[in-house]
Amino acid sequence: MPDREITKAMKRFLGFVKKEFLHIFRDFRTLIILFGIPAAQILLFGYVVSNDIKNAGVAFLDLSKDEITQKISDKICSSGFFTRTENLLTYNDIDKVLRKSKTKAVFVFEKNFGHNLISEGKATLSIIADGSEPNMATLITNYATAIIADFNRELAGTMVSQNLIVQPEVRMFYNPALKGHFMFVPGVITLIMILICALMTSVTITREKEFGTMEVLLVSPLKPVQIILGKVTPYFLLSFINIIVILLLSWLVFGLPVKGNLFLLLAECMLYILMSLSLGILISIISKTMQQAIFISMIGMMLPTILLSGFIFPIENMPKIYGWISAVLPPRYFIVIIKNIMIKGTGFLYVWKETLILITFTLAFIGLSIRNFKIRLQ
Amino acid sequence: MRTIFYLIRKEFIQIFRDKFIGKAIFGVPIVQMLILVPAVTFEIQNVKLCIIDRDMTTESRELVNQLEGSTFFKVRFSTFSEQEANNLMARGKCDLVLQIPSDFGKETGKGNPGRLLVSVNAINAVNAQLSWAYLNGVIRDYNMNIIAENISRQSFTPVPQIQVTNRYWYNELLNYKYYMLPGILGILVTAIGFLLAGINLVKEKEVGTIEQINVTPVKKYHFIIAKMIPFLIIGLIDLAIGLILGKLLFNIPFEGSIALLFLGSAIFMVGILGLALFISTFSATQQQFMFIAFFCMIIFILMSGIFTPLESMPVWAQKFDLINPVVYVMRINRMVMLKGSTFADISREIYSLIVISIAFTTLAVNRYRKTA
Repeated sequence: MPDREITKAMKRFLGFVKKEFLHIFRDFRTLIILFGIPAAQILLFGYVVSNDIKNAGVAFLDLSKDEITQKISDKICSSGFFTRTENLLTYNDIDKVLRKSKTKAVFVFEKNFGHNLISEGKATLSIIADGSEPNMATLITNYATAIIADFNRELAGTMVSQNLIVQPEVRMFYNPALKGHFMFVPGVITLIMILICALMTSVTITREKEFGTMEVLLVSPLKPVQIILGKVTPYFLLSFINIIVILLLSWLVFGLPVKGNLFLLLAECMLYILMSLSLGILISIISKTMQQAIFISMIGMMLPTILLSGFIFPIENMPKIYGWISAVLPPRYFIVIIKNIMIKGTGFLYVWKETLILITFTLAFIGLSIRNFKIRLQ
Repeated sequence: MRTIFYLIRKEFIQIFRDKFIGKAIFGVPIVQMLILVPAVTFEIQNVKLCIIDRDMTTESRELVNQLEGSTFFKVRFSTFSEQEANNLMARGKCDLVLQIPSDFGKETGKGNPGRLLVSVNAINAVNAQLSWAYLNGVIRDYNMNIIAENISRQSFTPVPQIQVTNRYWYNELLNYKYYMLPGILGILVTAIGFLLAGINLVKEKEVGTIEQINVTPVKKYHFIIAKMIPFLIIGLIDLAIGLILGKLLFNIPFEGSIALLFLGSAIFMVGILGLALFISTFSATQQQFMFIAFFCMIIFILMSGIFTPLESMPVWAQKFDLINPVVYVMRINRMVMLKGSTFADISREIYSLIVISIAFTTLAVNRYRKTA
């Protein structure tokens, strides 16, 4: 009677899934944390993580003190990017203020700045930035250079007829308001989902191992596949609800709409969740205790995901070999997918390669898990 | 004193009995540090350019040549269809599309303003702005050439210009490794201490072995201190190994006093461990602890200003960062290592850390109940 066998197996499986659900819902605190954390983090980081500068502290060393230097320093300070912390008198002060780390850069106007500019057509403004924070230092010099370039253009405009100048018109694609959220919200979603999913599943299985309840499961007629699927199903549903909450938040709070097909996005999210969960399963099968599982899924995965997935640092800017290293990190592909569908509004044709890679990862993780699943305790 | 010593010994034995953890405690942070430190850079290079040159005159070609000559841009594609260009951008094959209209050469030759159309992929707003600024720079140079040519035909008066020169102190070449190494090392040491110490205590609760200690005359603070010190020592050893490797492999400069650096890190570790133990006193299972720890750590790290500047955060976030110990330790590490700051320069950070550490540890000792 193969039919009856199947219904029986199905019943067993459903019973197991129900047990897992009960496990989760009984631990009410964890449940709250499970939903609260991703939401809170999206909200926090959407606001906090950003790369633009606002009110960076800068000092001025004006050796010329004329009308033009006054004008330039006012222009720099009124841009909104910089705030004046101090006016310095000598070169020796520079080290003193930079060392205190409140001032990130010092603008130095050479002697006779205005005079040089008008009579010789050339004057030098030096920016001395605190290189111990290279990120800030580059941003400051770039912004300041842009401000000066603007000033130069005004200057040239008054002297030379404007007619000849080639004028570029710019359109900022996908993100016309140049908001930082567009870069970071997809990244945060990617980071949080993989960590939470991998953590959750890896802990539930190792927990059964550590407390000895795994033995009960192993002697039951459930097959390894059923045990694994049974463990994954409830978390899959929970994570899916989670991601819907996150997407709603990023739409309502940050105005990040889903430009592309919503169903495609949800399907890709499901795939990503499934991939993360199967990674968690694999971790739990490798590790013997919860401590080990947590160690691998947190300490082992957190930093590489933050740094190498293109979340904050674009992969193209890294040394070549990191393109290869990050190729084995699934979040890298999901970030591309989610940005494409959410922000660029492109269809499946643009992300099929990434999707295929994620599917391969999922299958590989599941395959490895089933192969390494031991039905005997050592 | 003897009690604490025995308890510490017990903890060490317990940690290193797990072969995996015993190795991973040292191996994982070092390997991650070695791999991750060289990866991180904020430098933008090789901005992928797609050019639609509808003009195909000497003027337009000259502009394209100038762009090709800059190290910042890489001309990857040139096409005649705008649709194809947009397609390439959607696929992420190019970041910037420059369109030269068909009358560009004619108009500029006649002395009329020439138009250029630029589209930038702005999902990464900062990169977009920078690429745009660079492109503008190239176009400005191109402009200046035309102007200079035309003017020299008439009467030569140089266009006044302010030149900007940059110098970066403490890190002349803006070597990102110098910046990232103290940060990444700090995060790894934090993560290890935070997680392991906390899980350790919750595990005793979950398995029930904590009862055996509760029925002994071991004092509350004995217990908490004994849980802290092993991870403090492990953290500092990790830090030392990391610094030595950083010096050997990446040639990290070491301007300030090593003792000061370790003092700062030790105070910081006490605070982090205190917080971990405090959280574990009110978590019932390892799973609960882990989620709360995950929440705290991600927030501490991403808000610490290592990856994105602190100054860019809204004011409320900067206020919150007053109690974020990671902010202080990052600042101390960087200032001491790269700028050679002395105790006087970082006294505020050190005192803040001391206050935070005492607060968290006291909370942990008070919250720990010897009754079940």
